[in-house]
Amino acid sequence: MIKLTVVDRDNTEKEIEIPEDINLNLMEVLKAYEYDILATCGGIALCATCHVEVLEGLNQLKEAEDAELDMLDYLPDGGNNSRLACQLRVNKQLEGIKIKIRGDLV
Amino acid sequence: MNTQNIVYTDLCIIGAGPVGLFAVFEAGLLKMRCHLVDALPQIGGQLSEIYPHKPIYDIPGFPEIKAQELVDNLMEQIKPFEPGFTLGERVEQLHKDEEGNFTIVTSDQTEIHCKAVVIAGGLGCFEPRKPDVENLELFEGKGVSYMVKDPEVYRDKKIVLAGGGDSALDWTIFLANIAKEVTLVHRGDTFRGAPDSAEKVFLLAEMGKINLILSSHLTKINGNGHLKEVNLINKAKEESTLETDYLIPLFGLSPKLGPIADWGLTIDKSAIVVNTENYSTNVPGIYAIGDINTYPGKLKLILSGFHEAALMCQGAFKHVYPEQKLSFKYTTVYGVNSF
Repeated sequence: MIKLTVVDRDNTEKEIEIPEDINLNLMEVLKAYEYDILATCGGIALCATCHVEVLEGLNQLKEAEDAELDMLDYLPDGGNNSRLACQLRVNKQLEGIKIKIRGDLV
Repeated sequence: MNTQNIVYTDLCIIGAGPVGLFAVFEAGLLKMRCHLVDALPQIGGQLSEIYPHKPIYDIPGFPEIKAQELVDNLMEQIKPFEPGFTLGERVEQLHKDEEGNFTIVTSDQTEIHCKAVVIAGGLGCFEPRKPDVENLELFEGKGVSYMVKDPEVYRDKKIVLAGGGDSALDWTIFLANIAKEVTLVHRGDTFRGAPDSAEKVFLLAEMGKINLILSSHLTKINGNGHLKEVNLINKAKEESTLETDYLIPLFGLSPKLGPIADWGLTIDKSAIVVNTENYSTNVPGIYAIGDINTYPGKLKLILSGFHEAALMCQGAFKHVYPEQKLSFKYTTVYGVNSF
């Protein structure tokens, strides 16, 4: 199991456990846990409604590819520790990380 | 009014993506004529615009099909029903008359008169992403613009651009030669997505041709009828003010419902709530199918959209022809009879 910590928009903190062999991305997992994420584009790095701020463990994540970097640069509230949850595959890279949900709700 | 821009039809389908296209087929089987409108200049929606060469694996009967190929096939499939198209125009207004008929007006003033409206808008339309800045909307068109339409407007003026994507970088480089003073404000301290343009921007800043303000963001803008100054704050929480004639926030585009959001439809999390019996909305005569709708168990899949199109047409037929009896016919028995 992979354990990670999710901080919601209201700063509620919760540790979640995800089976390692699950073939999903982090956006899909967060939605399954009923976090409020629009995921308008369905996971193709186009809408950025799954924007998360990585509070801990940023360096252990696989580097963002061009499409994600383009989108992150565009975000008005994006920072150096911003990522799109839809571009983060669920695997060992997520172990122990702490993220805050930032994506727009409109 | 240009009379060529007036269209009469049974169903006006907003969105010419795969689901909108297939709705033409299902409507055609029931002898309903369709006209499609799309803000994009070509048909196919996100399949043609975003991933034309990507293979899709979950279309029944096609183990693998490229997105554009699916669009081409759908076009061939609906050819007998001679749909009309208005492309490159955004739907702006919807009017309903006393008899329950609709008129849709586009951004180019095309009028589509129809008996029912089918919203198959997918992700919605792409609108500029607006940063959270106090008074921003107050100065839209009065110094604040989300795109550069005519660079000459900025000649010998003071301008502030905000953003860190390639369009912010490219316009900074371009306008450096036109404007009196160009300032680029970026929240981060790097530009990760466009290293070549970033290098040019850093060089221009070194040469003193532009002002580059990193690790800062806009908080508030002020003016007196027209924009006069922007307030900034940096990571150390130090505030500053810049005098400017124009502010151009360039934070890319994000998919939004757009004017559809103001049509009185029940919306849940940016999606249109429908009744799954016939994909009707809360407004009689308006239907929503494909990625733009929501209901318990919704799956954003093309194949789900096809199913929704078929059921929607059954409902729309009863709305368009309330006096006529609907008889369900198989294409294997009756074939596809063109108009």
